[in-house]
Amino acid sequence: MKLQRMVALTKKEMKKTIRQPAALFMIFLFPVVFVFAFGASFGGFGGGQPVYQVGVVNLDQAPPPQSSIQFIEALKDTGILSIKVYDDNQTAQDELSQGRIQAVMIIPAAFSQSLESYRAMPDNPSMWTNATVSLYLDKGSIVATQAIPPIVQQILSAYIGQGQQTIPSPITLKTSSFEVKQPSALDFLAPGMFTFASIFLIMIVAGSFTEDRENGMMKRIRITPTTPTEFMLSQVLSYSVIALIQAILVFLMVYIMGFRPNVEPLVYVFAFALVMIFSLSNVGFGLIIATISKSSSTATGLSFIFVLPQLFLGTFVGSSLSSAAQIAGKFVPSYYVTDALTSLFLRGATLTSPIVLLDLVVVSLSCVIILVIGILLYGKYYKI
Amino acid sequence: MTIEQGTPLGKKNFAIVIENLLKRFDDVTAVDGVSLQIEEGELFGLLGPNGAGKTTLINILCGLIKPTTGSCKIGGYDVQEDTVKVKDLIGVCPQETAVYPYLKGFENVNLFGNLYTMEKQTLETRRALLFETLGLTAEANRRADKYSGGMKRRLSLIISLIHDPRIAFLDEPTVAMDPQSRHAVWDFIKDLKKKGKTIILTTHYMEEAEGLCDRVGIIDHGKLIALGSPKDLILSNGVRDLEDVFINLTGRKIREEI
Repeated sequence: MKLQRMVALTKKEMKKTIRQPAALFMIFLFPVVFVFAFGASFGGFGGGQPVYQVGVVNLDQAPPPQSSIQFIEALKDTGILSIKVYDDNQTAQDELSQGRIQAVMIIPAAFSQSLESYRAMPDNPSMWTNATVSLYLDKGSIVATQAIPPIVQQILSAYIGQGQQTIPSPITLKTSSFEVKQPSALDFLAPGMFTFASIFLIMIVAGSFTEDRENGMMKRIRITPTTPTEFMLSQVLSYSVIALIQAILVFLMVYIMGFRPNVEPLVYVFAFALVMIFSLSNVGFGLIIATISKSSSTATGLSFIFVLPQLFLGTFVGSSLSSAAQIAGKFVPSYYVTDALTSLFLRGATLTSPIVLLDLVVVSLSCVIILVIGILLYGKYYKI
Repeated sequence: MTIEQGTPLGKKNFAIVIENLLKRFDDVTAVDGVSLQIEEGELFGLLGPNGAGKTTLINILCGLIKPTTGSCKIGGYDVQEDTVKVKDLIGVCPQETAVYPYLKGFENVNLFGNLYTMEKQTLETRRALLFETLGLTAEANRRADKYSGGMKRRLSLIISLIHDPRIAFLDEPTVAMDPQSRHAVWDFIKDLKKKGKTIILTTHYMEEAEGLCDRVGIIDHGKLIALGSPKDLILSNGVRDLEDVFINLTGRKIREEI
């Protein structure tokens, strides 16, 4: 293996990417795939109304029958909230930090007592025993932070027997986001943006390979002593560098616009590494498209087969997607990249937390599988 | 149909030896039992209409496709078994104008020089010489997509010869060139021959073959139907030129199928 050849091919590929405007889009396939992916992502089919996963820690110390149990049943009856009861707060918070649930609700020890005091003298607030239900929200989900509190508030008010707007109330709802900086839409979108940029490598790779085949350059390179390994490694190297530059540019942009996750530098290193691994799976997808495409224009259009699902199902992880889309999302690598970045940047998960490690394993494995399939397919039908 | 053997050149070292080469694509026989020996330093013309099998034959000799049966050796190396060694010996100027349009002229040449692992100084010296010889020095720093068709052909020729190969396959090197560029390339090919290079030239232009080639082989429907020096072939067929030789052998004009 000659480094000189690989460096020359890598430089060529970089210049090609920089100097060629890749702004083509498909006229017929694009609208079809777009409508399908958009519909699947935002409730077009598969059940419509999203269901939010809420963990409940019931600290109510009243003897049975506890009012809190009835309240939990009322939450379940809505059909909007999927309730999972935890024995302790720590376990529930761990689940929240890893994105497995979207909120944690702590029912206080005095819940039943407070309700009884209210029902005994509803018109005399001075005689009530006040209590506070705490609600911790998934800071990585814009929908969770906006949708869950009013739903819970409405059910709580109805259960107490008050109108929603009635104040004062013996039991108040306090959400964690009242205590911290209110996250902006950018905060929620930033992890998806890191993933987003890399997905378009599929189009660049597919277009590049088909174009080189069309204009005879692939044949010309094959006439030289360059080995298939040298050639493929140089391609992988080129697109890894491109992906890294993309990730850095995206990070700089979101940083300039105000994205300031409170994480250690090592988390950024991990994030860039994860995006680079992910970019290699996109190289694999690009090779698959290049294999089935007869021309570079066809390749650009067909790239949307892999681009759109990854965009819509994998770059806005969480409850913003319909339940069907959330299930479908688990079949695209971008879902796991965004999920890991969301866990790290927004939910405060550590690098060693199970969900982040699981995401890393899934992204790495899918990268190897897709890249190998891409190389084998391309090598079978078009000699490298 | 008998093959007309031309006058041997009297040299003993063969640059290329082809034996009973056959290539089938499904039910199409592109190369049909071709046997041929080309001596070192020889300028050999491969003539025939489009689809005759010339490019397939060159692709086999370059190791790009495998023959169905038969063998071929280049510089003493079996093309199928010692492909890498063969690739070091040869330079190929393909029929299509294959250059990277978004790279500058010199960048295209540098890329291929590096693929042949040339030393930087050698590469720069040879690149400057070839650009000068083929009249592209002033254009070296322009992107190839700004070149005219003839300039791209000349650039393609430079790319194929940057590593100073012993054996050059030039597939229609002057097609679509203006007369001035064509004469420059002819002079360049003659110069290569003077330097002892073996050149295999495919062309539709009979005057090009007559003026440049030591020997020509005429291929039709994958078969080698005539082999010899242009002069001998013309004399033995009792005609005026190579075009008439082809008509005499096949009953058709060589260019009517283009």
